[in-house]
Amino acid sequence: MKIRAIAGITFKEAKRDRILYLLFFFAAVGIVASRVLAILTVGDRIKIIKDVGLASISLFGVLMAILIGTGLVYKEIDKKTIYTLLAKPLYRAEFILGKFLGLVVTLFVMTAAMTLIFLAIAYAHTLKFEGRLLVAVAYIFLELVLITAVAILFSSFSTPILSSLFALAFYLIGHLSWGLELIIKKMQPGAGKVLVRGLYMILPDLENFNFKTEVVHGLTIPPGIYLSSFLYGVCYTAFILGLAVLIFRRRDFI
Amino acid sequence: MADAIRIENLQKSFRIGFIPKTREILKGITFSVREGETFGYLGPNGAGKTTTIKSLLGLIHPDAGTITIFGRPHSSPRSREALGFLPENPYFYDYLTGREFLAFTADLFGLCREEKAERIARLLKLVGLERAADLPLRKYSRGMLQRAGLAQALVNDPKLVVLDEPLGGMDPIGRKEIRDIIVRFKDEGKTVFFTSHILQDIEMICDRVAIIVGGRIVKEGGLRDLVSEKVLFTEVTVSGVPPLAFAGLGESISAQGDRVLLRVYGEARVDEVVRLVHDSRGRLIALSPRTETLEDIFVDTVTRT
Repeated sequence: MKIRAIAGITFKEAKRDRILYLLFFFAAVGIVASRVLAILTVGDRIKIIKDVGLASISLFGVLMAILIGTGLVYKEIDKKTIYTLLAKPLYRAEFILGKFLGLVVTLFVMTAAMTLIFLAIAYAHTLKFEGRLLVAVAYIFLELVLITAVAILFSSFSTPILSSLFALAFYLIGHLSWGLELIIKKMQPGAGKVLVRGLYMILPDLENFNFKTEVVHGLTIPPGIYLSSFLYGVCYTAFILGLAVLIFRRRDFI
Repeated sequence: MADAIRIENLQKSFRIGFIPKTREILKGITFSVREGETFGYLGPNGAGKTTTIKSLLGLIHPDAGTITIFGRPHSSPRSREALGFLPENPYFYDYLTGREFLAFTADLFGLCREEKAERIARLLKLVGLERAADLPLRKYSRGMLQRAGLAQALVNDPKLVVLDEPLGGMDPIGRKEIRDIIVRFKDEGKTVFFTSHILQDIEMICDRVAIIVGGRIVKEGGLRDLVSEKVLFTEVTVSGVPPLAFAGLGESISAQGDRVLLRVYGEARVDEVVRLVHDSRGRLIALSPRTETLEDIFVDTVTRT
């Protein structure tokens, strides 16, 4: 009930943010422009529409999660609205979870709206509905959920600008860390290999949520991969939120 | 009577500055607020009043000491179930209307729909915001925000109300209304813990006070005890006795007809004046001891510390 109340107020606040609509506008432009790009392409045009459409949803979704998520907790502290909230019988964990869920709901609505435009454009080209596209979108959304948790983690102890930079760095590292796997394979056994392996274990691997290529090119994906990616997302999000709660619980609100 | 708030040896310091320097804010505060009483917490700016309140509410973590609210440790959110808090400068979500804001705070206490609607309607009426209930809070004046803040502090019908400067920024009529509401809390058996710079208000409302200076409690006690400690003089109005008869006993301030107003220093002399009036078959019309005001005591305490 309390978490729902906080989530509700967070959703209300997030949907007032103009940056959300600006990003949505650019995402919509990107998705619609994919149709134009397809016209200019030689070969399988629908692949361009799917590729650019999914990339737009992913990129602008991440920007929404970072730019709104990093300000949410900070604003409560900066505007001192948190005094009234934490003076109620509310666990600090409930506050963090409420903020997180509120933003997740906001992102769900925005992702659903972007997906609708995307599916409409794809349908206009092929005149058939492709359910598999939704799988790719679902995993993009799972990635957004994780990025939201990361944004809230940084927001619980840092300013929005720094938090945005940290969260963006997390996103970039997350999409490049798979390169470490290649390095590990090519390295000679020894301390260096153990070190790189340890680093790979700690760093996020956001490529786990990337099913865009498989979906666009119609490749088969083993069901185990879906499950392991889903579990990876859930566990990593829970870990990051746990960390955010730990830090937030220790804070003094002066 | 049980303690609503019990604070023992509360200590808190902050590290501030680029090269961190420890600044002790609370240096071992101990006091308690009994159930049902109205307790005033006074101190000059920077004395540690707000730090004490923030520690009480769990907004900051004390370095040492214990705080209990109705016997429960303050660190447990359950200790705040029967507590209502009005912050010094009410900061709320300005895009919500007064009614939505109260509904949100009611949700944080898990009130059911009917109870919530009834409570909100009653509180809006109590604080006089019925007509502004559907306006967004950003359109509220400071006084209106203070009222909205008071309403949200009461949404759970608390047994303990903590008010940080509740009368600041109010016009005289608003101040009187809020003061009346605080007095009503007492009649309802609620415990009130509040800070204020307006000492006349504290004097009017409080049962007990504590004065904090430089992070230490320098005076604590029943308002009557503190104030009556220092009877400066007694004003005695008598009639039927010539002013000269009181020579050596008191100063004659004024005389109208056969009525004389005397200023008498010392309780023994007051007794002598009363005896003299009785023996001279005069009439004792009024006898009022003039004590120091709370403000005098406050200024005296702060400057001496």
